[in-house]
Amino acid sequence: MATEHKTAELTELEQFRKDHGLALHEEQQLTTLNLGPTHPATHGIFQNILQMDGEKIVDAVPTIGYIHRAFEKIAERRPFYQITPLTDRMNYCSSPINNMGYHMTVEKLLGITIPKRAQYIRVIMMELARISDHLICNSILGVDSGAFTGFLYVMQEREHIYDIYEEVCGARLTTNMGRIGGMERDLSPKALHLIGEFLKRFPKVWAEFEKMLTRNRIFIDRTTDVGAISAERALNYGFTGPNLRATGVDYDVRVMNPYSSYEDFEFEIPVGSKGDTYDRFLVRNEEVWQSLKIIEQAYKNLPEGSYHADAPHYYLPPKQEVYTNMEALIYHFKIVMGETDAPKGEVYHSVEGGNGELGFYLISDGGRTPYRLHFRRPCFIYYQAYTEMIKGGQLADAILTLSSLNVIAGELDA
Amino acid sequence: MESVDLIYKAVYILAIFGITLLIATYSTYFERKIAAFIQDRVGPNRAGPAGLLQPLADAGKLFFKEEFIPAKANKALFIIGPGVAMLVATMSSAVIPFGDMLLVGGREVWLQAIEVNIGVLYVFGVVSLGVYGLMIGGWASNNKFSLLGAIRAASQNISYELAMGLSLIAVLMLSGSLSLREIAEQQHGFNWNIWYQPLGFVIFLVCAFAETNRTPFDLPESEAELIGGYHTEYGSMKLGMYLFAEYINIFVASAVMATLYFGAYNFPFMTELELWLADATESVVTANNIVTMLGVAVMFAKIFMFIFFFMWVRWTLPRFRYDQLMKLGWQILIPLSILNIILTGGAILLKDSLF
Repeated sequence: MATEHKTAELTELEQFRKDHGLALHEEQQLTTLNLGPTHPATHGIFQNILQMDGEKIVDAVPTIGYIHRAFEKIAERRPFYQITPLTDRMNYCSSPINNMGYHMTVEKLLGITIPKRAQYIRVIMMELARISDHLICNSILGVDSGAFTGFLYVMQEREHIYDIYEEVCGARLTTNMGRIGGMERDLSPKALHLIGEFLKRFPKVWAEFEKMLTRNRIFIDRTTDVGAISAERALNYGFTGPNLRATGVDYDVRVMNPYSSYEDFEFEIPVGSKGDTYDRFLVRNEEVWQSLKIIEQAYKNLPEGSYHADAPHYYLPPKQEVYTNMEALIYHFKIVMGETDAPKGEVYHSVEGGNGELGFYLISDGGRTPYRLHFRRPCFIYYQAYTEMIKGGQLADAILTLSSLNVIAGELDA
Repeated sequence: MESVDLIYKAVYILAIFGITLLIATYSTYFERKIAAFIQDRVGPNRAGPAGLLQPLADAGKLFFKEEFIPAKANKALFIIGPGVAMLVATMSSAVIPFGDMLLVGGREVWLQAIEVNIGVLYVFGVVSLGVYGLMIGGWASNNKFSLLGAIRAASQNISYELAMGLSLIAVLMLSGSLSLREIAEQQHGFNWNIWYQPLGFVIFLVCAFAETNRTPFDLPESEAELIGGYHTEYGSMKLGMYLFAEYINIFVASAVMATLYFGAYNFPFMTELELWLADATESVVTANNIVTMLGVAVMFAKIFMFIFFFMWVRWTLPRFRYDQLMKLGWQILIPLSILNIILTGGAILLKDSLF
């Protein structure tokens, strides 16, 4: 790999050396360092073959596909409702967003409108998922820069978020939350209580975490101008989410293209200026506060009504009706056996995922399974820019850049 | 030297060796407990009451682990590496005065293993040998991450030794002696060097962190970048020896800082206490011995305070990047310590000309 690389890009390498004030001698030896696929700081399975000049990264070749599970292909052979568990396993730090994004896509294809209450519940769950995603990303950034303690402060709060998930859907990590047509059950009084408790307790914890890192001199030195990318380059790559906002572009799917009643809520979109690791950290920090604001509004103004749409072809009837009512039994059988046909059509729906615009491109040929389902995975896009972002930096910078981009292997490889 | 003295020295050296190892062992326990306290956890609490037997369990586990040597490693050096680290670490506590003089049966018994008139130089010489352990281990592992860690360790220790030595010169200018016992004696009562050398102490403290490879200077073993740095390939007790050596180094660094800047075994009002005790017990010997033993307790209290500080910092701060570390060492600490020397020299001159 190394020799092949050297002959192909020798001139570029020389140019690079010139730009960075490195010696131009051809006989100067570069070290090839395999960063990954198993490395404690690459959270997931990535490989980067680095060409190093001492501690400096001269070139990098990323490899992907270590946990490719062919979700898009598997989805073509599954009934619609069975695809939800696949989406869990993409960005497993914020699976409810993936689940609900997929449900909304199918609802768009079917033309179902969802009652307000279900939409608000979805918003609450999605924002909780965003908080858990961001807090993992930012605290892991601390761990990778050597400050382990903040990670454990917020990990406790993630557990509380998982308690809420558990109360709402029964699972903690791979949630499989909600159904096509709404939620599978209403928020229980206990779930409401847990959300209220979380809203009361979490701001203190998050403020403490921010106090630990945001103004820490070593942390600022470590992260400013590290892994920076300009707004133009970021847009060219197709960056979205916090990583794009850190460069100064105020693009947020929740505002640009509101879904699930996001237009009802007051919140701000934080933007950075330089697009470096510190900006990404700050943007995520602020987004957590904004998410809290959204949850508070949704929690206070939770409308009355049904928690699911009236879509008997796609939404499972209550169990007691299945036993007593013939139509319900038929629907139940048809849905469970995956025998409900979807209309012909082609839809794209995107949600603001934990780390960017998570899109679902769904083509249906009128059958019982999607003809094609493509996931627009933000991590896949970030990882393409990763090489460019770490070149010329140091080994330690490369690790922090990867953490702050929040590239999740499950989503990258899908 | 009489045979009694020889026996006493042998026993004392063994005792210091044992205490060093014990403190290093229990430092792992305290590190975990302090980490747990800072991180709002419980920490080890299964082995023995309050988890007190945890270090023994850990050591037992490390001893019984498979001795694994990578196929392409240099086998001899791979074994020598941790040995050197451990040997050098245990050697350095020999000259530290843990206490003043005891009077036993009309004999003067000094609570210091060896009194050499170049004690400070001895400590520095031995401690700087420690980096060979890391370098040999990192090189012999035949692993690029280990090698990077070893290179970082070498350059970091050399750079920070300079600033450390320079900050120390100011103390030596004040004391006029290289003997640790004499430096300790000069700080009698509350006349500690820290009052005269605050800047020097801060520089020394920062350098001590760098020399012991602790956060925020734990670049040689930063697990996020280099997996384990120089000890990536190590397992079983060879890894244990590296970790042990680190804790012993912390202990020694704490002891040296306590001796040089915080008055070693001296504490406020010790003269008054000794006089009062001599009156009360009507025995100068008893009074002296009581005060000396109190001094030993005070010395260890100071050492433990520094060890706690080391751990507190470790679980609070992120680590530097390699270039920032070098910049701090060469561009900030060394000029500052030179400034400190100039200030100290000026102050001594001024004092001499005034009084």
